[in-house]
Amino acid sequence: MSAPTVVAPTSNQELQEAVCACSHLAVRGGGSKPGLSPEQPAPVTLDLRLLSGLLEYDPGEFTFTARAGTPLKTVAATLAEHGQYLPFDPPWVDQGATLGGTVAAGLSGSGRYRYGGVRDFLLGVRFVDGQGRLVRGGGKVVKNAAGFDLPKLLVGSLGRLGVLAEVTFKVFPQPEQYTTLRLPQPSLEAALATLATLARSSFDLEALEWVEEEGCPVLYLRQGGLAAPLAERQAALRSWLGGGEPLAAADEVRFWHTARELAWVPEGSLCAKVPLRLEQVAALDALLSAYGAPRRYSAGAAWAWVAWPAAAAELHRALSRLQLGGLLLKGQAPSPLLGIRSAPTLAERIKGVLDPFNRFPPLG
Amino acid sequence: MAQTALLDELARSIPPERLLRQPAQLVPYESDALTAFRSRPAAVLLAATQEEVVQAVRLCHREAIPFVARGSGTSLSGGSLPIQDGLVIALNRLNRILHLDPAQRIAVVEPGVINLAVSRAAAPYGLYYAPDPSSQQICTIGGNVAFNSGGAHCLKYGMTANHVLGLKVVLPDGEVVELGGASLEGVGPDWTGFFVGSEGLFGIALEITLRLLPKPALYRTVLAAYDSLEAAGDAVASIVAAGLLPGAMEIMDALAIEAAEAAVQAGYPRDAAALLIVELEGEPLQVEAEFAQLLQVVDRSHPRTLSVAKDDADRARIWKGRKSAFSAVGRLSPDYLVQDGVVPRSRLGAALAAIEQMSRRHALRVANVFHAGDGNLHPLILYDGRVDGELERAEALAGEILQLCIELGGSITGEHGVGVEKRQYMAALFAETDLAVMAELRRALDPGELANRGKMFPDGEAPALRAQGPHPLERLGLLSRE
Repeated sequence: MSAPTVVAPTSNQELQEAVCACSHLAVRGGGSKPGLSPEQPAPVTLDLRLLSGLLEYDPGEFTFTARAGTPLKTVAATLAEHGQYLPFDPPWVDQGATLGGTVAAGLSGSGRYRYGGVRDFLLGVRFVDGQGRLVRGGGKVVKNAAGFDLPKLLVGSLGRLGVLAEVTFKVFPQPEQYTTLRLPQPSLEAALATLATLARSSFDLEALEWVEEEGCPVLYLRQGGLAAPLAERQAALRSWLGGGEPLAAADEVRFWHTARELAWVPEGSLCAKVPLRLEQVAALDALLSAYGAPRRYSAGAAWAWVAWPAAAAELHRALSRLQLGGLLLKGQAPSPLLGIRSAPTLAERIKGVLDPFNRFPPLG
Repeated sequence: MAQTALLDELARSIPPERLLRQPAQLVPYESDALTAFRSRPAAVLLAATQEEVVQAVRLCHREAIPFVARGSGTSLSGGSLPIQDGLVIALNRLNRILHLDPAQRIAVVEPGVINLAVSRAAAPYGLYYAPDPSSQQICTIGGNVAFNSGGAHCLKYGMTANHVLGLKVVLPDGEVVELGGASLEGVGPDWTGFFVGSEGLFGIALEITLRLLPKPALYRTVLAAYDSLEAAGDAVASIVAAGLLPGAMEIMDALAIEAAEAAVQAGYPRDAAALLIVELEGEPLQVEAEFAQLLQVVDRSHPRTLSVAKDDADRARIWKGRKSAFSAVGRLSPDYLVQDGVVPRSRLGAALAAIEQMSRRHALRVANVFHAGDGNLHPLILYDGRVDGELERAEALAGEILQLCIELGGSITGEHGVGVEKRQYMAALFAETDLAVMAELRRALDPGELANRGKMFPDGEAPALRAQGPHPLERLGLLSRE
């Protein structure tokens, strides 16, 4: 087999032409999530990094529109100039992750806890489907109920239903300052109980991360907002919890940077996201302990980030046994979707409309 | 006839008091809250179980009979308007909250559960369900899901889709599928999000997993009166520019204030040209700090009066005026049309000025009540259906407003949905290809276009007669429009 050809379109029209010209192709952006690419490289790779740049940004609207290949880092820097941010905290900013890759992977980070995930902040899309059609869904305003919600269909579509060309997001004003409380837990059961209690409390946590430190769960509780009342807010939280140790400012920044970049995942290790309900944490944690797999539970254990030390096929089988689904982000497998599948017949029917010639890799 | 075969088969398992076929029984189901349209179905099934819904959908599929799911019938876009000679599947009896898990912060409900009932059930755990359409005392979660309903808190909290995590759905061909789940996150395409807002065209939700939120510990509600709508709009812009993120920002114009005062005596300043309600909520220390900042910003916007809700009762009174504004405006006029367009927040001033001009040109009064935080306009066009040509003028004005929203970069609907009412504007909002892809997606799930036929797409059938006047539920004070 000849080496795969790389095509890098510079406009929506070139993107459409490229899709029409290939019988089999795969899409890549910044390359931060190689697990999403098919195991057998497609003859043609569409590199979206030249489809980059902000198209519209009015800070007063709390929205922006950008080309899909725009690096998150560029977006974050522009938003920060106006005191705004992407509240869902997408991962791998420093590794070159793009807006389009984040949407296609359906990835959110720690900030998911407070206001919602990538699905909740994506307002509109333009994408090229498998027939080369440039399709628009959603809109550019923060509230819109017209037509089918194609933006949400593209969230997590893994480049299997279409190639994202442009995305419109809602953004929020960034908290003036953050502070984080470190709260060690004696056991997994205790950590789960703390999460359950916090879920019902009216403390507005920006993020809630669960880290394994020397065999014990440690919770990191992040608060954010206006600078003036923040110390007192943390004291109130601490007194309510009956403990917890405030992180020094530099440690605070470092901790959340490590979380966002998944910098704790060993170099060369497989990395997967496994969505969870609280009652599923114990069984998954037992499995991961047995394999000695480093892990973190993010956004109040809404999902686990797993650094898997064995073969992807083994994780796939183990997740299936636990009735869990997962997404392989680093590493290679026949499909990035691991474990149990959601709505397979529906997936097939929708794929049949958007990619009838199977130009993109299979969704299953 | 196919209808006869269908109804005879349904009648074998459904008692006659739950399978309505007599004209007199069908009348209350001929329209929803968009009363300008009426249509008589062949029958109404008052489904009592999920199995009955699935059975009915399968029979409709077999006999190629179109069907419409219906909750409380509060759609303002004609979303639950029956299809002539089709089946109405009424879901109000599927009203169980199946599961409430405070630790996971979810509620699993059937589609006939009333919106507000979810928050009531969650209240003992310190939780609530955030989306709050004005009809929340009567509208059902099934309808909220179908039309991706909004409310006054969408800038900060999003719409219904942002609060639905999982669904059990019967597709239009009778297949039952589970989408999403109880976790905040999933992997693979967001099927749940794709289903929400599909206006009944993708089938019927049988179980809905909702995300609950902790009830804010403190609310701070400000009421400011202005000499012009523009000044109120500028105040909203300054609040946003200050980096504040209020839970709600609402504006009412003079006509809406007058009507609300006459109806519920909310204590609004009657001589103001515009009224702005801003509400902050969250942790007390943070809210108090934001509140101090908010008061400074609002003060600099030169309101003629500025007041702050003293307690919960005061806050409830302020909101009561706002939430009843629509039905109150209805008292000023025999008939009215409600529009639901969205414009970018920075274009609110331009939109309102243009609407005022249109109002003068068509010689029809327009009251404005809107969600300023998210640019969602709600112009109420007052007309008298008994006067020859007034309805037509009102409709022309409504169309111009939607066209304006599109031109300003917005949308034709923020929260009411397209339904039958705004079908013809879809072609102005979306390109031909966009609509073609949406139609193909629909046919992939429903080749016979049976599920809620005639809604959303511009070339749908229009089997509707005209009528005017308030909905029967509205007359009884059970329904308010927003």
